[in-house]
Amino acid sequence: MSRTIDDVVSPTQTNTIPADISGQMLDLDEDDDFEVFSKDSTLADGSMFNASMQTSPGSMVNQCKFEEDEDGDSKDIFITVDNPESHVTAIETFITYRVLTKTTRSEFDNSEYEVRRRYQDFHWLKGKLEEAHSTLIVHPLPEKFVVKGMVERFNGDFIETRRKALHKFLNRIADHPILSCSEDFKVFLSAQAWELTTYKKQGPGFLSRMGETVRAVANSVRGVKNRPEEFTAIQEYVEDFSNKISSLDKVTQRIVKEQKEYLEELKEYGPTYTLWSGSEEELAEQLKGVAGCIERCCQETEEQVGHLSDTLVPVLHEYVLCAETLKAVLRRRDNIQAEFEAKNEALATKKVDRDAESSDLGFVWGSLLGKNPEEARHQRQERLDGEIEELKVEIDKLEDRVEWANNALKGDWVRWQRSMRGDLKSAFLSTAEKNVDYYEKCLAVWETFLLSQRTEPSEETDRDNTS
Amino acid sequence: MMADSGPEEIAVIGNTDLTSAELENNIKNTMVEIEKWTSLLRKMEISVGEAEKRTGKNSVNMQEIYTVYLIETRPVDAVTEGLIPAPDSLWRRYSEFELLRNYLLVTYPFVVVAPLPEKRAEIVWHKLSADNMDPDFVERRRVGLENFLLRLASHPVLCNDKIFYIFLTEEKGWKEMVYETGFQAKADSRLKAMNAAFRVKNPDKRFTELKHYSDELQTVVSQLLRVQARVADRLYGVYKVHGNYGRVFSEWSAIEKEMGDGLQSAGHHMDAYAASVDDILEEEEHYADQLKEYLFYTEALRAVCRKHELTQFELEMAAQDLTSKKQQKEELVTGTVRTFSLKGMTSKLFGQETAEQREAKLQVLEQQIEEGEEAVKEKNTESNEFVKTAWVDIERFKDQKDRDLKEALISYAIMQISRCKKGIQVWTNAKECFNKM
Repeated sequence: MSRTIDDVVSPTQTNTIPADISGQMLDLDEDDDFEVFSKDSTLADGSMFNASMQTSPGSMVNQCKFEEDEDGDSKDIFITVDNPESHVTAIETFITYRVLTKTTRSEFDNSEYEVRRRYQDFHWLKGKLEEAHSTLIVHPLPEKFVVKGMVERFNGDFIETRRKALHKFLNRIADHPILSCSEDFKVFLSAQAWELTTYKKQGPGFLSRMGETVRAVANSVRGVKNRPEEFTAIQEYVEDFSNKISSLDKVTQRIVKEQKEYLEELKEYGPTYTLWSGSEEELAEQLKGVAGCIERCCQETEEQVGHLSDTLVPVLHEYVLCAETLKAVLRRRDNIQAEFEAKNEALATKKVDRDAESSDLGFVWGSLLGKNPEEARHQRQERLDGEIEELKVEIDKLEDRVEWANNALKGDWVRWQRSMRGDLKSAFLSTAEKNVDYYEKCLAVWETFLLSQRTEPSEETDRDNTS
Repeated sequence: MMADSGPEEIAVIGNTDLTSAELENNIKNTMVEIEKWTSLLRKMEISVGEAEKRTGKNSVNMQEIYTVYLIETRPVDAVTEGLIPAPDSLWRRYSEFELLRNYLLVTYPFVVVAPLPEKRAEIVWHKLSADNMDPDFVERRRVGLENFLLRLASHPVLCNDKIFYIFLTEEKGWKEMVYETGFQAKADSRLKAMNAAFRVKNPDKRFTELKHYSDELQTVVSQLLRVQARVADRLYGVYKVHGNYGRVFSEWSAIEKEMGDGLQSAGHHMDAYAASVDDILEEEEHYADQLKEYLFYTEALRAVCRKHELTQFELEMAAQDLTSKKQQKEELVTGTVRTFSLKGMTSKLFGQETAEQREAKLQVLEQQIEEGEEAVKEKNTESNEFVKTAWVDIERFKDQKDRDLKEALISYAIMQISRCKKGIQVWTNAKECFNKM
């Protein structure tokens, strides 16, 4: 099974993964994530890493005890996305982000890169990665357009939210054992703007890409016949998960909305106490005190809503997009299997054809062309045999492709579940912590006020006693 | 790292819970104040225990459903002797309370008479309907009526009123008794006077200020109550939406293996959080009711100011009348006509009067002047009496208001503290559950 993955999956990719990459794989030993891979002895021959990495899918799927912390000393590539800038040309206005890379990987010529990229470029990268690794789970990009309301594309909050999502997108790729080795990824991080444009223009032409799409569509229409049980289970889970996470997204946005409306009313509430204090003598002090408390609680509420919007909302939204990505990945896997099944059926048909008695039609043609029947049948047999052999070669390739696709998906599925758990757990934890903090701060505000009130009654009773 | 520490480790600035000793002390202090003045409360425990629905025919002979309230009274002595006899009780409906109050307003115009709770729910809260039959509304009204009776019973003047006493003790025939006092006639003239337009030249400055104050208080408390209702409404929304987390977490936990338990229990806490807002809103309503009582008090304040203006006006009118009579006498005596009068003109045209005629007129005038001086003296005394007694009650009212509202603000702070503590508890628990995910 020593084929390079490229031959099977994307024959049109111009750059093969260099052999010295396997050297890099040994660096990843320290990362707990890759325990399984690096212990595989077939890696030592340095031929390729993908298929051999996936040869133990069973053990990979059963290995659910991965450590949660992927970061740490094993990370050898650090990316930041920051510094959004607006560019105005004659045709359009767009935003670019600075992408800063620091790496010790040897396939990079330098150890540091600074480039500027726009959303289009990220979108291109995602497309390339999905094309090359159709059954790996690529973390979603923030959406191209925001449909909700009158959100300005160049609004500060929107840009910041997008920047964070783009940062996460690149870092997820950097953390991925296979995706981070992609040549497209490397070019994205290191090439200057004009170099990237040139690079983008290479690659499969429009028509061949169309061909792939048409085939994919045809296969999806056809449907897969013998989907393995585990993928059906994953699909069912993804359906449910998609529903749940969408609900949570909506609920959270509703909470943000309600909380903001509460804040608006609260802002009007404090001043009414201040207004009242203007008419009172004895009570003025207390009324102003209450007004002050309410105002401070307003500030805390504002902070709490901000935290919710910055921390929980984006994460939930990301996973809504993830669910869609997962559905697409499952579909693509199905298509790969459908293509294989189709070819198998074609082979069966051809075999039946060959083994059948020579038809009258063949005989007639043969005699028309002046061939004698024996020769005609023999030629026909030979032709079919040839076709059958070709088909078998294709089917072998497709079978490899299916197995590789399945293993890739299974491996990534485990990774994804772990990330999902980590991301969502941390987002909810952070929200709960912030809420506790919010209530603690408000508590302190009111307790301080109450304390200041408690000292006064003792003064009053003293007055009473002396009068 | 406050977020990591458990609730016990939160720095408590002061113990904000009222200890039972403090509560008792508060009650004792209030009781001491009351006992200084009142005889009635010392003798009697008064409470409005229940409410019931009755049907009957109204004044236009149509069927109606109305609510009656049970008034229970019991002599204080009986309890202190270790025996707890059953209280005496009778039923009264809202209109009878209104009648009692109107009687008191008319009979004691110098008193700032406690207001009744709302007849109809004015500011409608989220879960409260404007329906007078709604059990929550009826309950709040019951509390308001009890408060009203306690206010009366603790008032140094009103507590001794016979009609009030009978209101509490005899169900039948009370209404007739009230009407027999003839207060209705006084009530009508009072109403007329209240609505009449007149200008007072020299009102007591303090009453003018008080009138302004009561107008300001009404405006500002109305606004406060309106905003408070909106705030409570929004708060309700925030809490209730969290209930959706409960539902979705629960459903989601069913498809997860490792996260299932954490999600499930977190969901329960979200449900608890959503449910907790009902109690919170009830407390906010109670606070609003305390403010509302003082909102309604402003009407009583204005009434007393108005009465002062009326008496002052009558005094000024009497004085003015006297002055003009005296002037007329002077003119008659000296023969000079300083003021224009038709009589003067006609006498100019048709000749002077005879000495006898003048003498007769003089006598009438002198009689009128004597009467006038009596009237002025009376009105003056009346006015001074009124100012004196009214101002005593106003000072009493001011002290009561300052005390009550201060307590209300403190209880508001305690309410917020309690809400914050509940919030801390729920989210700390939720955090523990998320940790298990």
